[in-house]
Amino acid sequence: MNDTMKNKLQNSNISTWIFDNMVTIVFIAFTVFGFLVSEGITFTFLVNELASRVFRNAFLVLSLIIPVLAGLGLNFGIVIGAMAGQMAIIIVRYFNIGGLKGLAICILLSLPLAILFGYFTGRLYNKTRGQEMIASLIVGFFADGIYQFIFLFAVGVLIKVPATHPLIKPDAIGLRTTIDMIPASEGGLGYVIDGIMRVPFVWAALVVAIGILALITFKYFKNKKATSVKSNKNMYMINVATCLLIIGISLYQIIIDGSLMIVKVPVVTGLLIIALCIFTERIMKTKLGQDLRSVGQSQHIAEVSGINVDRKRILAVIFSTVLAAWGQIIYLQNMGTLNTYGSHTQTGIFAVASLLVGGASISNASYKHALIGTLLFNSMFIMSPEIGKALFGQVLLGEYFRSFMVYGVIGVALGLYVWKTNKKSRKAI
Amino acid sequence: MTEANAKSMDTKRIAKKIGLPRLIIGSFFIFILISAFFLGIPMGMLTSDVIRRVGMNGILVLAMVPSIQSGTGPNFALPIGIVCGLLGLMISIELGFMGLMCILMAIFIATLAATIFGFFYGKMLNAVKGAEMTIATYTGFSVVALSSLAWIMIPFKNPNIGWFLGGGLRETVQLKAFGAAQVFDDFLKFNIGDLIIPTGLLLIFGFFCVIVWLFFQTKTGLAISAGGINPKFALVSGLNINKNRIIANIISTILGAIGIIVYAQCFGYAQLYTAPLMMAFPAVAAVLIGGATAKRASVSNVIIGVILFQGLLTTALPVANQVFAGTDLSDIMRMIIQNGIILYALTQVKGGAK
Repeated sequence: MNDTMKNKLQNSNISTWIFDNMVTIVFIAFTVFGFLVSEGITFTFLVNELASRVFRNAFLVLSLIIPVLAGLGLNFGIVIGAMAGQMAIIIVRYFNIGGLKGLAICILLSLPLAILFGYFTGRLYNKTRGQEMIASLIVGFFADGIYQFIFLFAVGVLIKVPATHPLIKPDAIGLRTTIDMIPASEGGLGYVIDGIMRVPFVWAALVVAIGILALITFKYFKNKKATSVKSNKNMYMINVATCLLIIGISLYQIIIDGSLMIVKVPVVTGLLIIALCIFTERIMKTKLGQDLRSVGQSQHIAEVSGINVDRKRILAVIFSTVLAAWGQIIYLQNMGTLNTYGSHTQTGIFAVASLLVGGASISNASYKHALIGTLLFNSMFIMSPEIGKALFGQVLLGEYFRSFMVYGVIGVALGLYVWKTNKKSRKAI
Repeated sequence: MTEANAKSMDTKRIAKKIGLPRLIIGSFFIFILISAFFLGIPMGMLTSDVIRRVGMNGILVLAMVPSIQSGTGPNFALPIGIVCGLLGLMISIELGFMGLMCILMAIFIATLAATIFGFFYGKMLNAVKGAEMTIATYTGFSVVALSSLAWIMIPFKNPNIGWFLGGGLRETVQLKAFGAAQVFDDFLKFNIGDLIIPTGLLLIFGFFCVIVWLFFQTKTGLAISAGGINPKFALVSGLNINKNRIIANIISTILGAIGIIVYAQCFGYAQLYTAPLMMAFPAVAAVLIGGATAKRASVSNVIIGVILFQGLLTTALPVANQVFAGTDLSDIMRMIIQNGIILYALTQVKGGAK
């Protein structure tokens, strides 16, 4: 009898696990399915596309984590941070400063801008308590209007600029719609971070896999004495197997000099992403991080225990906005062109969708969610047009399906979360 | 002493009653009208444009009233209704209806579709109480993306709505080919000088305003309002709040569907695919400018709001073009005003507990 009980418990555990991770599972299935049905895509192509996309977007997705933990939900307002990053780039490009010096100025210039914007959006979220997410979406649209006002109108009408400048439209009013970043080697900002050092993907995978293997083994044996939970052991074995598999494939590719050797990844960008993961993890362990967490759990209790809730919330938004500004700089130096009025518009929605695909929710997110989510979300992005082509003979169909997935995933993930919380609290009204 | 004081008190009270946003936008509107006059922009044409735009957008804004009154907030999922409306229009054209019959048939089919979709949308909203607005926004977006798939995949046969090559519908379908453009506008249309009054269009808008107003005088309508004001109290009084919220959102979706058909016949084109994506936001902004809050709205809010907002946008375009040639200042202004007013309304919601 005990056994059947246990079985039942396990069964319900599995079904709740599936339910909790539904969005992630659907995405994995979708990617695998896409890979199977599409003919044009080779594995190398997929890895190549995915690598460049993940390195480009991960920093932006990671910038969402702190507000989630502070109870502000998903900050669609990171578009405002992205705008701060773009403003800095526009200024640097206008004065034609390039290379690492230009990058340094970009980072320094975007910092006060992002802090200022973050402060104001933070104040706004404090005024729209309980509705932060819709407010963050709308404030992004609002800021976009102001951004356009500045760069389409104020530059030229209020601030006189020479019409001959390559960034300015021929009629001397407003910026051109695309700004060439110009490769760093030719005195611009393009690939300025990526270009510092690139290594073959398989080498990077090998080093990272060995690193993770060493780390989890060390952690496992350190923890083994303290607690010996069975599931822990299973998890450890799965992780070890995955690491060994990656090491095996990488070694094989290196030895036979396979097609995967063509795929190169930017080392410094990767290190920046890892640094941000560690930073996010570490800061939540400090006093400030603990305060943010307790604000996230219950604003009322935090207030009673002497935490200045409003200030902490503003601080969380400032963090997010600054990181988003830098994330946008990383994104754009990788893209090579700045779409003056378009590059930032989808930033918030794509980043939020990525984080949710990784298994995060309105109240919980970690760097793992962000990294897994970025990986899965971008695989879906690459696969959608291919599936549309393979199944229906139309690329366009795949593109509409892609936008459906983006919006749908946000709607479903948020809906499921709210539904579950409402059910738990048996909210009748 | 008392008289001056009383007077200032009076102005303050009036200002409060009108509301700060309405005051700012109203004076801005008047300012633009005066500048238009001095810039020599033909006022008759400008006023005709304003009237046309008010009639064109009116019912879409009216769709906000039931959902706000029921407590689910502004209907950010208006694209659901819009897609139903477009579906009705396309089916009606496909079936070969022409002229007024085409539009009426479209309204009939769209109402059926909107009832079904509105029902499920209302059910969903009941499951996600507390976060309706964000989830509604993304539901609307998803439906638009899904409808784009449908426009490609539904095998419509009529060559006037499909692409010349390959399957799927066109991005914009011209309604003139079916005699369905401006059918309401042209009904009893008359001119005063160069001022054009599209009587039929205004009558349709007025008709639906009256219907919605009347509906909120009925027992069901009052119950919906009561549930929106104080759900706990309404529950204790034995009202079925969930059912009322569903009814309200069905009505809102139907109004959205009819609204886009009226919009399309006035515009002369039906815009498919991603065109409806952002259409909820101007409608939400208009009702808020009219003095509604995220919790309370009335038909008068709709009428005032749509006149102020659409009037402002319509008049600002030629004025801005005259003063600053070559810049699209009016669209920038729309973005700032539209989203600014929604943010202002959100700051007025005392929702979440601290």
